[in-house]
Amino acid sequence: MVEPVNPRLRFRQRSVIPGFGLTLGYTLTCLGLVVLLPLATLVVKASGLGFSGIWDVATDPRVASALRVSFGVSLLAALTASVFGGIVAWVLTRYDFPGRKLADAVVDLPFALPTAVAGIALASLYAPNGLVGAQLAKIGIEAAYTPAGIFIAMVFIGLPFAVRTVQPLIAEIDKEVEEASAILGASRITTLLRVVLPPLIPAVLTGFALAFARGVGEYGSIIFIAGNLPYVSEIAPLLIVIKLSEFDYAGASAIAVIMLGISFVTLLAINLIQAWSRRRFGYV
Amino acid sequence: MSEALTQGSGAGVRDETQRSPASVVTERRVVRWLLIAVALTFLALFLVLPLLTVFAQALAKGWGAYLAAFSEPDARAAIRLTLLVAAIAVPFNLVFGVAASWAIAKFEFRGKNLLVTLIDLPFSVSPVVSGLIYVLVFGSRGLFGPFLVEHDIQIIFAVPGIVLATIFVTFPFVARQLIPLMQEQGTAEEEAALTLGASGWHAFWTVTLPNIRWGLLYSVLLCNARAMGEFGAVSVVSGHIRGLTNTLPLHVEILYNEYNFVAAFAVASLLAGLALVTLAVKSVLEWRYADDIAAGARRH
Repeated sequence: MVEPVNPRLRFRQRSVIPGFGLTLGYTLTCLGLVVLLPLATLVVKASGLGFSGIWDVATDPRVASALRVSFGVSLLAALTASVFGGIVAWVLTRYDFPGRKLADAVVDLPFALPTAVAGIALASLYAPNGLVGAQLAKIGIEAAYTPAGIFIAMVFIGLPFAVRTVQPLIAEIDKEVEEASAILGASRITTLLRVVLPPLIPAVLTGFALAFARGVGEYGSIIFIAGNLPYVSEIAPLLIVIKLSEFDYAGASAIAVIMLGISFVTLLAINLIQAWSRRRFGYV
Repeated sequence: MSEALTQGSGAGVRDETQRSPASVVTERRVVRWLLIAVALTFLALFLVLPLLTVFAQALAKGWGAYLAAFSEPDARAAIRLTLLVAAIAVPFNLVFGVAASWAIAKFEFRGKNLLVTLIDLPFSVSPVVSGLIYVLVFGSRGLFGPFLVEHDIQIIFAVPGIVLATIFVTFPFVARQLIPLMQEQGTAEEEAALTLGASGWHAFWTVTLPNIRWGLLYSVLLCNARAMGEFGAVSVVSGHIRGLTNTLPLHVEILYNEYNFVAAFAVASLLAGLALVTLAVKSVLEWRYADDIAAGARRH
């Protein structure tokens, strides 16, 4: 094959494989019509309000409270999912026990179970007369129809992210390093904290960010258990639905753009973590 | 420290599941069982119990009440609509995913990373926002609203809107799975087929497709589960017209809000069953064909 003067200057490098124009054209058409055009419409709609208009919506007491609930509870839920998800990932990768494969398959349940189904199941389970809710009520904890209910639903949907990002890295840990650490006299807990944990931190942070972003946007599994009391247990996505039902398209768009902006920052943070991890540890 | 060492080696001798050289690289037996207990309790409380609740509540008043939920015309209409939506959205995303991963994995061009990021975008958008954007485009006060009203075409609060919103939320599923897989497989086999005189289509059907079939099946499975189960996005564009624009998840919501719990959980159990089948097939594919599904041993 005759190479052009500088292949870097070309839009694409030469190849004998056919179909580039067709597949890329189709890809861009679909992407443009299905994803980019509708999202651009949202941005245009919201920018019609101007920065001050969006700020007015964001600082409206009910909206501000909903955003606070969504982001605050999601932060707490992602933290919980990361801690327990880390333990689950460790146990599933490192230990052998009966039912390990089943437990491993169960972790993906929130990916496969429709959110509405999860929502009504969690609501009936954690309601004051539910199986778990009744026990919690005895020790004075109200789970369903309070922010605690939102927390439970968000942990549910965030857990697989926390487990699945950390699990492959635990499987790849070189046990010789742990042996070396033990032979050099470190206790097991020291080895875990200073040898095993540090390389896992980027993955833990990525899982945390994914669980957080998912929790903020989640709707179906939350609305049944949340109680949806304005200023107390009302989440931002629900407020979008309410604004839409009142035909307040601008208000709905403003909340949506605020949420998109914050998830964009979260995604950016994930990419920065991964870039840092690649430099520091040589892998993502 | 020394205590941990002796304890560890002691456990290695007693415990058959631990090979003896690995004894210093695991925790004490009691710590292990404690961690296993914590993990399993957590999984039971947050994942297994809700799943069991669905079936327990659905059958709370016996099989008669359970089956009655499905003889209702609205429930049947919801089942039909859900199947219809999945039958359009899944093949659409299948064709898109294969085309996108062909363009991205088999060729080198500029802006590729940006393209991959944009394809992934729907994953990071809240389901409610996914519905909202289609209302803004096709709603009566939306971008194409006046045009659609003039020509008497209804997209929002009708089946086309539900299909579009479902396509949006499941958009990245197939592409994201196939791109790394096809990148790892490279282009050598296709080049060989082409050199031997195969046409491009022939090379795709006989070389590429067999190579990616398990990954494709895996991604279509997950795409279908999401398409049939999507709630937030569909709920925004559906308009909740009984018998006409209610999918199964929306039908569950209506029944639940009417305190018709047995029927709500009965319909939900159908979706939970779908989720269980999806998980089972997914796990089998992962155990059998791990290397044919994802690039590398695992994702990441």
